[in-house]
Amino acid sequence: MKVHFRIKRFNPERDSKSYWGDYDVDADPLDRVLDGLHQIKWYIDGTLALRRSCAHGICGSDTMLINGRNRLACKVLIKDVGRRITVEPMRGLPVIKDLVVDMEPFFAQYRSVLPYLINTDPPPAQERLQSPEDRARYDDTTKCILCAACTTSCPIYWANGEYVGPAAIVNAHRFIFDSRDQAGEERLGILAERSGAFRCRTIFNCTDACPRGIEVTRAIQDVKRALIGRL
Amino acid sequence: MGEHTFDAVIVGAGGAGLRAAVQLARQNVAVVTKLYPPRSHTGAAQGGIGAALGNLEEDHPEWHTFDTIKGGDYLVDQDAADLMCQEAVETVYELEHWGLPFDRTPDGKIAQRRFGGHTRNFGEGPVRRACHAADRTGHMILQTLYQQCIRQGVRFFDEFQMLDLLIADGVCAGLVAYEIRTGELHTFHAKAVLLATGGFGRMYKVTSNAHALTGDGVAIAWRRGVPLMDMEFFQFHPTGLYRLGILLSEAARGEGAVLLNRHGERFMERYAPTLKDLAPRDLISRFMYMEIRAGNGIEGQNCLHLDFRHLGRKVLSEKLPDVSEFVRTYLGLDPAEQPVPVVPTAHYAMGGIPTDNDGQVIVDERGTPLRGLYAAGECACVSVHGANRLGTNSLVDILVFGRRAGKHMAPYLRQADLEPVRANPHSAVAGMITPWFSRESGEPLARIRDDLQTLMMDQVSVFRTGAGLAAARDGLRALRDRYGRAKLDDRGRTFNQDLLEALELGFLLDLAEATAASALHRTESRGAHSREDFPQRNDAEWLKHALIYRKEDGGISFRYKPVVMTRFQPKERKY
Repeated sequence: MKVHFRIKRFNPERDSKSYWGDYDVDADPLDRVLDGLHQIKWYIDGTLALRRSCAHGICGSDTMLINGRNRLACKVLIKDVGRRITVEPMRGLPVIKDLVVDMEPFFAQYRSVLPYLINTDPPPAQERLQSPEDRARYDDTTKCILCAACTTSCPIYWANGEYVGPAAIVNAHRFIFDSRDQAGEERLGILAERSGAFRCRTIFNCTDACPRGIEVTRAIQDVKRALIGRL
Repeated sequence: MGEHTFDAVIVGAGGAGLRAAVQLARQNVAVVTKLYPPRSHTGAAQGGIGAALGNLEEDHPEWHTFDTIKGGDYLVDQDAADLMCQEAVETVYELEHWGLPFDRTPDGKIAQRRFGGHTRNFGEGPVRRACHAADRTGHMILQTLYQQCIRQGVRFFDEFQMLDLLIADGVCAGLVAYEIRTGELHTFHAKAVLLATGGFGRMYKVTSNAHALTGDGVAIAWRRGVPLMDMEFFQFHPTGLYRLGILLSEAARGEGAVLLNRHGERFMERYAPTLKDLAPRDLISRFMYMEIRAGNGIEGQNCLHLDFRHLGRKVLSEKLPDVSEFVRTYLGLDPAEQPVPVVPTAHYAMGGIPTDNDGQVIVDERGTPLRGLYAAGECACVSVHGANRLGTNSLVDILVFGRRAGKHMAPYLRQADLEPVRANPHSAVAGMITPWFSRESGEPLARIRDDLQTLMMDQVSVFRTGAGLAAARDGLRALRDRYGRAKLDDRGRTFNQDLLEALELGFLLDLAEATAASALHRTESRGAHSREDFPQRNDAEWLKHALIYRKEDGGISFRYKPVVMTRFQPKERKY
């Protein structure tokens, strides 16, 4: 079938502002949007820039706005978005070129919540024990692939780049609710600050955007409740 | 032009690179990666990591060693396999201590499941050895290692593409990399470089591999005179999603899914009466093609069915959530209700840069090290996988040998001097890039890449013949010629992926040549290398590793390295 792509283009070496590029490709309804973008990049205009790697929704490279929603281009099929497809870079992060944005502010916020297990007890000779119930408490947030779909769909984040954002809170949640971790208080202290979890206004864009199906808003609510419990 | 000096530079931020980085975190070390670290393909590994913890039933590292050797059709270096299977146990515990969210047994231990070729008591039947976190074990490993690197403040150069190694007089003194965002070249001067650049499945049309897996480190080492070992052995995983090649983990069969032909027959019972659908991958992929050739493919197509229906929704959602989602997303099928069409998919390079058991790159059959150069993970060939890797053993390999390389590098970095790098270290890389900016016309590179992938799929995949491999060799020459005349659209400096894809295709062409030539050379069938014109394993002549060298004039030559044997003498492989 014929599919029409409108892609927001920007090359800092050439363009003073972004513009729309229009492209027609032949696609199978079961093709991914990424396959369509590859057709354009490989056979129509090799200057098109986009990140991608695994092409099946695991590596988190190809988040972009597809028909106005944050999606992974490799996890959306053409048949599900129709014959006219609009593609833009994700919002809230500076555009480097075409669909490629500067991820550094996003990763800096991720790093700010101490996203690693902290346990100062000497480890046992074998594994630390953890019951299946304790393991289940933080299961949902272990799925995060750091694709930034949640954070860059959040209107609070668009308005205030200081806000730590949903992805960072998700990754704090993953450790705060892990029975093996000892630094929950420290992370909650970070998330209690002005740029922290209470910036969230439960708009649910993040949950809608997550390609891994993480209940992001719920995880943020868990953190808010833990913060209130400390007061 | 950037200039950097570190004691060590690690290239690649998948499991092997990050595990080595954690080991070396207290030293002056940097990681150079063409992706962001969490994008690395370790994250796509699904089913589990093998380690004889014995949490659910009796198990021993010796059993794991035996399975690895037999699975590799006796081309495995047995001392290396022994080390790997012994150290797998402490390596898994270490990951758990760093927070890896393994699934748990009812008594709180790490949960384990069955996997292909892993057996109790030297082949008696399947054993639960694969330690897992649902079907996203690789994701959890990659995340955990990245977290530890952040904790330790490891320095990353994200989206830097290595393009050359600075090797002179048998010593490696650093590398040259291209900064993708700016187009700037950087020299990294170092006492040691560890290559952890992963595989090169993108030379095949149907593959489970990410677009990034173009074998950059392997090709660059080969161009710089390092031999490659066991390149004829490329694994096809039996269960790639039909049409797309996306991996459906062996954990599916570990949890009880079975392969069916168009008659609804569980055909693996005929071929492997003991392990059935949990036989090693090389055998299952061959038997699948035999079924298809015999007219037993689904609806006359080149595919078979993977049947999950009897597992029930609870097992699918708890044990195989991602696999189930791939099936729903990409084929629109419900695995609880419908059988899933699958085909073998190019998955894993057993061959690569030869190393010793400490990750040091070696340059000949005597094991002479190239000072200052290390390799670990899929880009390396220790060899612990021999002619066919067992499921879960890639994760074991990256962790055990990433760690061993780091441990060996640490004292080396303390005593070694920084060797001088040659004048104009960028000159070779500039010579690679400049022609692409000067050609005004030519065919699109993508067409050459498509033709390469089709040629390799047709002639150098599961079944091979001398005639087909010779045709592949000639076809690759023609492709290289076309490659030299192709053109780029993008002449810019900012995020010029057109240029990067051109250079990556150059790496793939080199490795396809090494693969096809090695396959033509080995006149026997062993593991994943199945020659229809030489259907038997021939231990008298071929129980040895082949090292392929690129000569100055562009030709190739071979040398041979003996297989290290300890306890296990070659036997016929029956499952």
